[in-house]
Amino acid sequence: MRHYWWKILSIVLLLYTFIAGFLIKVPTIGNLYETIRNLFFHVPMWFGQLILISVSLIYSILYLRKPQQRYDILATEFARTGSVMGVLGLLTGMIWANYTWGAPWNNDPKQLGAAIALLIYLAYFVLRNSMTDLDKRGRVAAVYNIFAYFIYIPMIMVLPRMVESLHPGGQGVEGNPGFGGSSLDPTMRMVFWPAVLGWTLLGVWISTLNVRLRTLEEQKHFS
Amino acid sequence: MKKLFTTLLSVLLVFVAGAQEHIANDTATAQTGLRADGKIYVVVAVIVTILLGLYIYVIRLDRKISRLEKNA
Repeated sequence: MRHYWWKILSIVLLLYTFIAGFLIKVPTIGNLYETIRNLFFHVPMWFGQLILISVSLIYSILYLRKPQQRYDILATEFARTGSVMGVLGLLTGMIWANYTWGAPWNNDPKQLGAAIALLIYLAYFVLRNSMTDLDKRGRVAAVYNIFAYFIYIPMIMVLPRMVESLHPGGQGVEGNPGFGGSSLDPTMRMVFWPAVLGWTLLGVWISTLNVRLRTLEEQKHFS
Repeated sequence: MKKLFTTLLSVLLVFVAGAQEHIANDTATAQTGLRADGKIYVVVAVIVTILLGLYIYVIRLDRKISRLEKNA
């Protein structure tokens, strides 16, 4: 198989998501009606973001173990694409919330957690860009990135499950946000997971493009 | 790469054509083709166009960077 097979897979999966996501029969739950289809588009943003920043975390740890410029670039660019997906997730969530929960912002614990987590990640880029010494920049950015990741996880995955939340998975609401067992309709699952994989692969693709561009820039700078 | 596009496009067209045929058999009235089922197929056509456009953009970017890497 050629090295770009996963890019084609991403195209195929997202085409499938965009076609099947609109045409399959969906269950009617509460006041969601057709907006339940947002599950194929809004939720994969967050799953994709989580995977991308996890990759970023791994490269930050690798950088601290062995300070190579390459690891620093990889960590930054994966975090960047992850943050873009996070912003899109937040915006799409607000549109969805406006028509099902009554207002775009309901101070739902998951909304608040996601917003805070995103701000923490924005601070990562500010912090990284504020330093000119490459070695110092890489080290501080890596340490901060690890910190950001471990704030992000409780903010978005632990805290919302411990309090009352409008999102599925909160106290008093049925359904597991991780979609384990029978909490997701089987036909919806057949579109949801391909969507997650498709969006994640697209995120990886864009990240690698940025990494390659950044690497070229660095080469030009030092040659 | 060009072959890939042609393949993808033909797959998509088969998809759309199949959907249309199916509906044409169902209702013989004016509500056929892209006008069927509350015109949801129009939305599908729009978002698929956007998605394909975005992918073409990303692929072109990818190839441009590949060319730069070769020259570097």
